[in-house]
Amino acid sequence: MKELLVISGKGGTGKTTIVGSLAVLAANKVLADCDVDAADLHLLLEPQPVAATEFSASKQAVIHPQQCSGCGICLDVCRFDAIKEIGGRLAVDEIDCEGCGVCFHACPERAIAMEDKLSGHWFISQTPYGALVHARLGIAEDNSGKLVALVRRQARILAEEQRAEYIITDGPPGIGCPVIAALSGVDLALIITEPSVAGKHDLERILQLTRHFGVKPLVCINKYDLHPGYTEEIQQYCRREQVDIVGLIPFDETVVAALVQGVPIVAYEDRNGTREAGSAASAIKEMWTAIESLLTPALSSGS
Amino acid sequence: MGDWKMIVSVASGKGGTGKTTVAVNLALAWSAERAVRLLDCDVEEPNAHLFLDPVWERETTVNLPRPVVDDEKCTACGRCGEVCAFSAITVLGGQVLVFPELCHGCGGCTRFCPTGAISEILQKIGTVSIGRADGLQLIQGRIKVGTPLAPPVIKAVRQEALSGADGEMDRHSQMPVEPVTIIDAPPGTSCPVIAAVRGTDYCILVAEPTPFGLNDLSLAVGMVRKLDVPFGVVVNKAGLGSGNLKEYCEAANIPILLEIPFDRRYAAWYSAGGRLIDKFPELQAGFHQLWRHIEAAAGEEARGGAVRQLQAWEAGKP
Repeated sequence: MKELLVISGKGGTGKTTIVGSLAVLAANKVLADCDVDAADLHLLLEPQPVAATEFSASKQAVIHPQQCSGCGICLDVCRFDAIKEIGGRLAVDEIDCEGCGVCFHACPERAIAMEDKLSGHWFISQTPYGALVHARLGIAEDNSGKLVALVRRQARILAEEQRAEYIITDGPPGIGCPVIAALSGVDLALIITEPSVAGKHDLERILQLTRHFGVKPLVCINKYDLHPGYTEEIQQYCRREQVDIVGLIPFDETVVAALVQGVPIVAYEDRNGTREAGSAASAIKEMWTAIESLLTPALSSGS
Repeated sequence: MGDWKMIVSVASGKGGTGKTTVAVNLALAWSAERAVRLLDCDVEEPNAHLFLDPVWERETTVNLPRPVVDDEKCTACGRCGEVCAFSAITVLGGQVLVFPELCHGCGGCTRFCPTGAISEILQKIGTVSIGRADGLQLIQGRIKVGTPLAPPVIKAVRQEALSGADGEMDRHSQMPVEPVTIIDAPPGTSCPVIAAVRGTDYCILVAEPTPFGLNDLSLAVGMVRKLDVPFGVVVNKAGLGSGNLKEYCEAANIPILLEIPFDRRYAAWYSAGGRLIDKFPELQAGFHQLWRHIEAAAGEEARGGAVRQLQAWEAGKP
C-alpha cells in the first residue's frame, strides 16, 4: 500500500480539485482529507457518512472560584497569558489556554481542574469513488496536527482492511504543524504550484520541508499557461533541484464549471461528453498515469 | 486624530483567495492618506514582500524554550513525563527522551523536576524582519522550515508592531508610530489564524465565488464571530463560478466591501509580482473606497462600543 499526499505550500493552487480527480482515476484506494480546518473535498465526492466520532485531544484549565484564594501563582506560571483577572477574579481564557497543565500542578489550593475539550469530529464516509476519511476541527480550535495524524491513522486501518493499493490524501496549505503531521512517512508528496512569484517562493519552502522529512517530492504546475515566464522559471528551478515535474495543467474555465456542479473535473468531462485534448482534465489524466508508474514498482506492474 | 489608531486583519478560510493581494493593495492605497504598517503574519509562507521589494532594516530571532536534562542530577523518576501534556518528554528505560518538535515551551517539566535536573535553552523557531517599502513599514514573520509552531512567531510580529505604540516615536526607527496596521493572516480557521485576527478592530474576509470559497467563508465567518471582531467580505475573482456567495452574504447580513472581477490581465500582473492598483485605475478607486468604508465601519463600531459601555454603566448604577 502506497500513500500519496497532495500539498502546496501556498493555498488555493488546486490541491482539492486535483485530489477530486485522482479519486475518480485511481482504482482501489482510500481517500483522506487532511485539510481539517478548511476541508472541501466532501463538496466534490458526495460522501455518505458511515461513522462520526468526537475528537478530544487536549485538556483545558478551569478555575473553581470556591477553592481559589486569588494568590495569583497560576498567573505567574502561565507562559501563554491565558489566566486573566476579570472583575477581581482569576479566570482562564479558553482561546489562549494550550492545556499544558502547569497552572493545575502549581495551584496550592488545588482549585484548578483540567477538563477534556472537544476539538472536532472525524468521519468515515462512502463516496461513489471509495471510502473517505475526513474531519472537522471545531471553530477556533487548535490541535489540527493531532487531528491530521488521527485521520491518517484511520485511513491506514481502513486501507489495510480493504487491501487498498493507495491512500490518496488532500493536505493542508502551509508548512506548519498540520502539514508536518500529514507529510511524515508518506511515499510521495505531489506539490501543486502555480506560475507566479508567490507560487515559486512557496514551492521552494515546501520542497525544503519534504527534504527535511525525507519524502520524495513531485511537482505539478497548475494553470501553467497563465504566466509562461514563471512556468519556465519553475521548470528550470526543478531541474536544478532534480525534482520531476509530472503535470502541466492549463487554465480551463471548465474546472470552475465542474466545481460549481460539485463534480470532479475528470468525471464532469465524461458526463458532459465535452472531452477535449489539451483540457485540464486530460492533463490530470496524463499526470495520474505518470504518478501511478512511480508508485507501482516496475516488477508488479509488468506482468 | 492624534491618538487615532486601528488594526485591520485580512483573512480567509480558503487559501489562495487573494489575502496578500488585498492586504498589499489596501496598504498602498491607504498610505496616500495615513501612515501604514503592514504585518505579514502568514509566517509559514510569507508573500507580501514579493510585491513590495522592501529594504530590510533589521531582523530579530524568535525563540522558544526547550528542556535540557542534566543526566548527573536526573533520577529517571518520570515526573517530567507525567507533567508534560504534549508527550514531548518521557522516561524510557531509565533514560529521559526529549522530542523538541512536540514541545510548546510551557516550562512544566523544568518547574516540577524534583531534582532540578532540567534547565531550558532557547531554540530558534523563526525570524521577524522589519523593513520599508513605498513609505510603508513591513514587518514579516517567517518560521524556520521544519518548525511546526506558527503562533509564537505571529505573536512576535504583533509584539514588534506594538513596541512603539505607547510613545509618539517608534523606539527603533525613530519614525512616528503608524496609525494604521494591516495584518496579512494565514489561511484556515485554527490557531495561527486566531493569533493573527484576535483583538483586531476589523477583519476583511477575502472569498472567491466557488463552492469551496463559500464553504470556507462560512467557516471563517464562524471564527470571526467567535472572536467578536467586526468584519466584511471582499469578493475576489468575481464573475468566476456561482452567485451563491452574494446570496449567502445578503442572508447573513454581511457587507460586501469590494468586488474584484476575475480578469486574466489581473491574474498575469499578479503572477509577476505586480500590484493591481499601480496598473488598473478601476481597482485603485475600489481600494480607496475600501479603506474609507473600513474607517467608517470601525468608527461606528467604536462609537457603538462607547454607547454600549455607557448603557452597561447606567444599568449597573445603584
